[in-house]
Amino acid sequence: MLEQIEGSQAVAKAVTLCRPEVIAAYPISPQTHIVESLSDRVRTGELAGCEYMMVESEFGAMSACIGASAAGARTYTATSSQGLLFMAEALFNASGLGLPIVMTVANRAIGAPINIWNDHSDSMAMRDSGWIQLFAESNQEAVDLHIQAYRLAEALSVPVMVCMDGFVLTHAFERVDLPEQAQVDAFLPGFVPQQALDPDDPVTIGAMVGPEAFAEVKYLMHAKQMSALDEIPVIARDFAETFGRDSGGLVRPYRTDDAETIVVSLGSVLGTIEDVVDKMRDEGRTVGVLGIGCFRPWPLDEVRAALAGARRVVVVEKAFAVGAGGIVGQNVRDALRGLPVEVYDVVAGLGGRPITRASLRQVFDQVLAGEVDPRRMHFLDLDVDLVQRELERSRRGGRPGPHAENMLRDIGTVASGAYE
Amino acid sequence: MFSVRIHGRGGQGAVTAAEMLSVAAFDEGRHAQAFPTFGSERTGAPVVSFCRIDDRPIRLREPITQPDALIVQDPTLLHQVNLFAGLRPDGYLLVNTSRTLDELGLAELVSRLTPSHAVAVPATELAREHLGRPLPNAALLGGFAALTGQVSLESVADAIRARFAGAVGEGNVRAAEAAYAHVHEVRRTVDA
Amino acid sequence: MAHQEIKLYQTGTFVAGNRLLDPEQRSVQARMGRSNSLTSGHRACQGCGEALGARYVLDAAMRATDGKMVAVNSTGCLEVFSTPYPESSWQLPWLHSLFGNGPAVAAGVAAALKAKGRDDIRVVGQAGDGGTVDIGFGTLSGMFERNDDVLFVCYDNEGYMNTGVQRSGATPPAARTANTKPVGDEPGNVFGQGKFVPAIAMAHEIPYVATATVAELRDLEYKVEKAMTFRGARYIHVFVPCPLGWGAASSDTIRLSRLAKETGVFPVFEAEHGEVTEVSTIRRRVPVEEYLTLQKRYAHLFGPAGRPDIVARLQATADRNIARYGLLAPDEEPAGPGVAQDVAGEGAV
Repeated sequence: MLEQIEGSQAVAKAVTLCRPEVIAAYPISPQTHIVESLSDRVRTGELAGCEYMMVESEFGAMSACIGASAAGARTYTATSSQGLLFMAEALFNASGLGLPIVMTVANRAIGAPINIWNDHSDSMAMRDSGWIQLFAESNQEAVDLHIQAYRLAEALSVPVMVCMDGFVLTHAFERVDLPEQAQVDAFLPGFVPQQALDPDDPVTIGAMVGPEAFAEVKYLMHAKQMSALDEIPVIARDFAETFGRDSGGLVRPYRTDDAETIVVSLGSVLGTIEDVVDKMRDEGRTVGVLGIGCFRPWPLDEVRAALAGARRVVVVEKAFAVGAGGIVGQNVRDALRGLPVEVYDVVAGLGGRPITRASLRQVFDQVLAGEVDPRRMHFLDLDVDLVQRELERSRRGGRPGPHAENMLRDIGTVASGAYE
Repeated sequence: MFSVRIHGRGGQGAVTAAEMLSVAAFDEGRHAQAFPTFGSERTGAPVVSFCRIDDRPIRLREPITQPDALIVQDPTLLHQVNLFAGLRPDGYLLVNTSRTLDELGLAELVSRLTPSHAVAVPATELAREHLGRPLPNAALLGGFAALTGQVSLESVADAIRARFAGAVGEGNVRAAEAAYAHVHEVRRTVDA
Repeated sequence: MAHQEIKLYQTGTFVAGNRLLDPEQRSVQARMGRSNSLTSGHRACQGCGEALGARYVLDAAMRATDGKMVAVNSTGCLEVFSTPYPESSWQLPWLHSLFGNGPAVAAGVAAALKAKGRDDIRVVGQAGDGGTVDIGFGTLSGMFERNDDVLFVCYDNEGYMNTGVQRSGATPPAARTANTKPVGDEPGNVFGQGKFVPAIAMAHEIPYVATATVAELRDLEYKVEKAMTFRGARYIHVFVPCPLGWGAASSDTIRLSRLAKETGVFPVFEAEHGEVTEVSTIRRRVPVEEYLTLQKRYAHLFGPAGRPDIVARLQATADRNIARYGLLAPDEEPAGPGVAQDVAGEGAV
């Protein structure tokens, strides 16, 4: 049914339709509306047969999900930012134990400096945690990905993270086609765990493994994740058949067929990029977009196939590896190994800075004009003067104080959240 | 695409207003996208929300810097925030005030806009009268419907009722209707 | 089960064991049908108090639940010595996740069972003192506060033995560990106010809290079985000597446990909903030296360069426990160096 609905509410509805049996969550912005809504749905009985646990921390939330999943329950949690990092140890444990937990990550920056706004630093920091990572472009896709995530997680016994941009999606009202319960039930069978804590068939889960078999256990983890590259397109196809719309999948090319320049990105910024690309197409530029729907496992072959014909690739991403470069960019380079394609890393939207059509257009034009050095990471809309002034203050010696405070004072910001 | 930017203060319902506006447009079969600026939720702090309305799916997610319409929920913001940045010359301006736009010192700005596109509406007073509480957001949506014609008063009323049940919803609807009538009358006078 | 009555005067004594008792009075360990949840062949050290405690706790809990039970284990000695790949000593469904999350994992298991309508299956969480009082404390307190249907058992050997005997929040003052060496003005672990988690558990007013030692195993079994009669969060703190970490003879595990109780070093009691309901009184009060001198971790307090002042402080701590929990039976004559006036003066909680 079509509804004009907030992204968080839509996701809560989608999770409800998946009939989770245990939800354990701890509040953190911008994830809160999702778990608030779910707690309501459990209380009112709309989500029946579900235990909603208000835990004492994100570490506790993921740990409770581990216990519940190992006991054979379909489990759910949601978090953001610092919360995801506070879960870090348990994330690796959940994937190591092969527990099909589904989690929403309402993507948000990581401090310090503390910042509640959107970027991808949180999910990217956990990219090697053994979780499958799916990125939603819109709230419709966020809804659809949660339903697909449970199917995927339970088919492979691997945990899945559905990443949706905090605030930009979680707090946006837009049109969403919410599935019917019967459709979801038909698409998502009941959870049959590969392992469960059962007194009638006692098993030891989480035993210690020494050097004699550790590599093999880890190899299996890798192999299972890689098999998701086969499974995800199948699930997306089934989803399209059941629900009548395309959602999910590994990568999504947009006007890439004859494109000399392809912009690679992920998440909600793809729509804005597509608008820019349409404009450039109108002006005769052969530009296209490749959306990454699944970042872990990394769909290397699909990315390579989609980008192989391009002369240059511009990766726009909302996180970066400090001291190294772009994260998605590195993966794209890996996919293009041996091909004569230049890859440009553009870091954008950090800590909620708006990514505008104007700024994107400017950097794309600069790339096309050969004005951007592909060996250097490019920061979109970076206030270079502000950085220079702070560096100058630091050079003066003494005790110049915290950078963050100095720079805020410098630009005279009195309240965060300005719209410009 | 029609873009609306709403300026208010935390607690006045700027975010809710954008959301209800998007629901009203959706009810008319259009595509709409409402989103807030994402500050920490503090009562009284300046808040901005946005709404885009279009006949096709909206992919764009940048903040609205060049609005087609501007709704100012709190005239005390006039001196604190650069409210009018990017407002198109053919854009609309709706200000919640019981004074005139001239009295607010907006004569120069108004002179750059189409005469019937800049209107003051005493939304807080109307809300007090019909709702019993000084919450101007629903009333302003009624005024917005009359000012821009982007959504009908009926759709606005439906969106309000969908958000607020019972007496609160009805009070807000009456305030919206009163604001609609007020703006309609002002525009008729100007056009005449 | 057929059985034959044998009349023996030793019935019920330590010598003859409990097999000669009436079947209904036998300990769980003495019963034919015991579950052997932690079965033989594991790799615990000789004289390991934790292995002994866990065996009694789990078998008693299994009997109380008719075998419908799941165990969750935090990282630590118990986890490591019981599951060296590819072997497992666990004969019940058993899950190990992390060091600091045992209570939350156990709570998650309980939630899943409840959601599935299988709350006839009960959950026992277990951890050492590090996993309970330090790194797992946040999740433990959360589990208590939510009153999740979990019995959590702490096997307290007063230090991080699994990593090579470092200090934990449960390490007593003056004890030598690998990172509280017997050097300086204040040798061994520093004197603080301690962190007695049973009291903190009581502050959560959960249905049942108990302490026990591996010297009184029938008492331990009784408390586990009693704990399983409650729903909600329950906590049992079991005192389990570690021969390796304490520098004690492996044959002294039971003796040390008994001395910990008889000196007042470790109070043994039960509490319901935040109030102490029963106390195991001291049968034969002894000075703390009898307990301390059996352990090399306190060796620096004795001998020519010893620290009688510190021993006196440890005695005062034991005396405070005796007063606070009323550990002396009414007819017990204050004996040894215990300061009777203080005992009388401070009164019980």
